[in-house]
Amino acid sequence: MNLLYSFCIALLAACGVYLLLSRNLLRTVLGVALLSAATNLVIFFAGRLGFTQPPVIVEGEEVLRAGAANPLPQALVLTAIVIGFALVAFASALVLRTYRALGTLDGRKLRAAEALGTPFSDGGRDDA
Amino acid sequence: MLERLMDTAVVWPVAVPIATAALTACLWTRPRAQRVASGIGLWAMFAAALGLLAVVVRDGVQAKQFGSWAAPFGISFVGDPLGAALVAITGLLAVAAGTFGLADIRRRQERAGFHPLLHGMLAGVNGAFLTGDIFNLYVWFEVMLITAMGLLVLDRTRAQLDGTFRYAVLNLLSTILFLMGVALLYGSTGTLNMADLAVVLPRLEPSASLTVASLLLLCGFGIKAGFFPLFFWLPASYHTAPITVSALFAGLLTKVGVYACFRVFTLVFSLEGTGIREIVAVIAGGTMLFGVLGAAVQWDVRRILSFHIVSQIGYMLLGLAVATPAALAGAVFYIVHHIVVKANLFLLAGAIHRASGTYDLRKAGGLMGRNPLLAGLFLVPALSLAGIPPLSGFWAKLMVIDASFRGGAGWLGALALVVGLLTLYSMSKIWMEAFWKAPVLPRTRARPVPLAMVLPIAALGAVTLTIGLFAEPFVEYARMAADALLDPQAYVAAVAPVLPPEAR
Repeated sequence: MNLLYSFCIALLAACGVYLLLSRNLLRTVLGVALLSAATNLVIFFAGRLGFTQPPVIVEGEEVLRAGAANPLPQALVLTAIVIGFALVAFASALVLRTYRALGTLDGRKLRAAEALGTPFSDGGRDDA
Repeated sequence: MLERLMDTAVVWPVAVPIATAALTACLWTRPRAQRVASGIGLWAMFAAALGLLAVVVRDGVQAKQFGSWAAPFGISFVGDPLGAALVAITGLLAVAAGTFGLADIRRRQERAGFHPLLHGMLAGVNGAFLTGDIFNLYVWFEVMLITAMGLLVLDRTRAQLDGTFRYAVLNLLSTILFLMGVALLYGSTGTLNMADLAVVLPRLEPSASLTVASLLLLCGFGIKAGFFPLFFWLPASYHTAPITVSALFAGLLTKVGVYACFRVFTLVFSLEGTGIREIVAVIAGGTMLFGVLGAAVQWDVRRILSFHIVSQIGYMLLGLAVATPAALAGAVFYIVHHIVVKANLFLLAGAIHRASGTYDLRKAGGLMGRNPLLAGLFLVPALSLAGIPPLSGFWAKLMVIDASFRGGAGWLGALALVVGLLTLYSMSKIWMEAFWKAPVLPRTRARPVPLAMVLPIAALGAVTLTIGLFAEPFVEYARMAADALLDPQAYVAAVAPVLPPEAR
C-alpha cells in the first residue's frame, strides 16, 4: 500500500516536472499545479497511512486514544491547497494576460524582459 | 499600556502592515486618504520594529504563542537578535522607499493596487523574520511571493509580464521544494516548531529522509535567495518593475531566503558532518564570482545592480560556509549593511533616471556638472558596496574575509577579495558613464530631482556612514546575534516546548 502510494506520488511529480519543462506557458503552469498536488500528497503521507480511528476525543477523556489518525497533516494540506490554488489562479491570469499582450504562448518568443536594458546595441530585437 | 505593548512586541511588526494593507484596500477609490494611511502605516511599522529591537536588546529573546496554544502545538513567534535587527532594517527601508514612492509611483500604479500590495509584502517579510514555526515560514513565503508578483506587474507592460512569469515559475518551484522538505521533516520528527526541532533532531539517527529534507530546504531557500546556479530568475525580472518596487525587492526579498538558510541550518540542522557546509562553500564562491561577472557586461544600471545582488549574496553565505562565530557575526553585519546599501543604489538608479531620462549608461552622462548633490550621494553607497573604508561595506567585507582566512577557507577569502575589485569596476563604470562623462545628447535645461527622492537617498546614505564611522556597537550587536545563532539555548528556552522529548 505504502509502496503503491509513493509510486503514484512519484509519477505525479514526474508528470509535473515534464510539463514544467515545456515551452508552452500554460503547460508550465499546469506542471506547477501537478507538482504542488504531489507535494500535498507527500504532506498527507508524512502523517502515516493506516487503518486508524477518526481523531475525535471521546467524551470524558482529555487526549486522543491510541490508534487514532493524525489530524495535523490534514490541516497542513488544507492550508497548502488553498495557497497553491491562489498561486495557480494568479499564474493562469498572468498567462492569459501575456497571451493577450504578446499573442503567443511560446516561451522562446518571450523576449520583452531581456530586450529591456540589453547590453547589446541592436536592442536584441532582430531575432524575434 | 506600555507594558502590554512591550509584552506583545514581537507581534506588532506583522500586525501593523496587515492592518494597513486591509485599510488601504478599503480606501482603494480614495487616493489621497489611501496615501496618508499608507504613510502612517509605514511609520507605525518602523516604530513597532524599533520597539521590538529595544525589547530584544533589553530582555533577550522574545516569544509569543498564538491562541495560547503552548509550543510545539501552536504557532510561535520568536524575536531573537538576528530577526529583530532584520525587522528594524526592514522598517527603515520601507519608510525610505515609501517616501521615494511619493515622487515615483504614479496614480495609475496606485490604482493597480500599489499600497495594499506593498504592505502585504512587508507583512510577509516581517512574518518570515519572526516566525518560529517552519510551516508558518512557508506561509509567509507565499504571502511574500503573491504580493511581490502583484507589485512586479503593476504596469502590465510586455517586459513586466515576461519578467513576472519567469519570477513566478521559479519562485513557485522554490516554495514547492521547500514545502516538500517540510513534509519530509515532519514525517521524520513529528514536529514543525523550530525550537522543538532543535531539541528533537539531535536525538534522531541520521536518515535518508532527513538528508533529502535538508537538501530540499537548501534548494528552496537557494532559489529564493539567488544562489549560484539558481539565480537566473533574478536579473531577468527585477529590472522590469517600477524602481521603488525594485529597491524594496533588492533590499529585502533575497535576504529573506538568506535568513531562512541561516535560521534552518543553525537552529534545526547542524552544518557539521552533514556535508551541507562543503556544499554551501562551493555555492558561496560561485554566487560571488558569477554574479559580479554577469554585472560586468551590462549597461543598464538596474541590471548591473541586479547582478550585484547575486554577487553580494555570496559574501553572506561565506559566513555560513565558514561557520565560526566570527564568520557568522560578519555575515549578520553584512546582511544589515547590504540591505541599506543595495536599496539605496536602486533608489539612486531611479534618481539617475529622473535626472537623465534613461537607465542606459551609454545614453546618460553629465550628471556631475548638472547635479553634484546626486553625485555625492551616489558615492556613499557605491563605495560602500565595493568595500572602501571607512564605509560600512569595508567593515562587513573585513569581517567575513578575515574570518574565512582564519577559519581555514582561504580560497574563499581570496575569491572574495577579487570579487571586491570587480565590484569596484562596476561601480566606477556607473560613476564614469552617468556622472563624469559629457552628456551624449546635450540638453538645454536640467531635469530636477524632487526632494522626496533625494531625502530617502540621503537618509540611507547617512545610515551607511553611521555604520561605517561608528562600527563598534553594530559589530558588537552582530557578535551577539551570531552567538545566539550558534547556541540556540536562549531561543529554545524562550519558546519552551512543553513536551519533553522522551514523550514522543
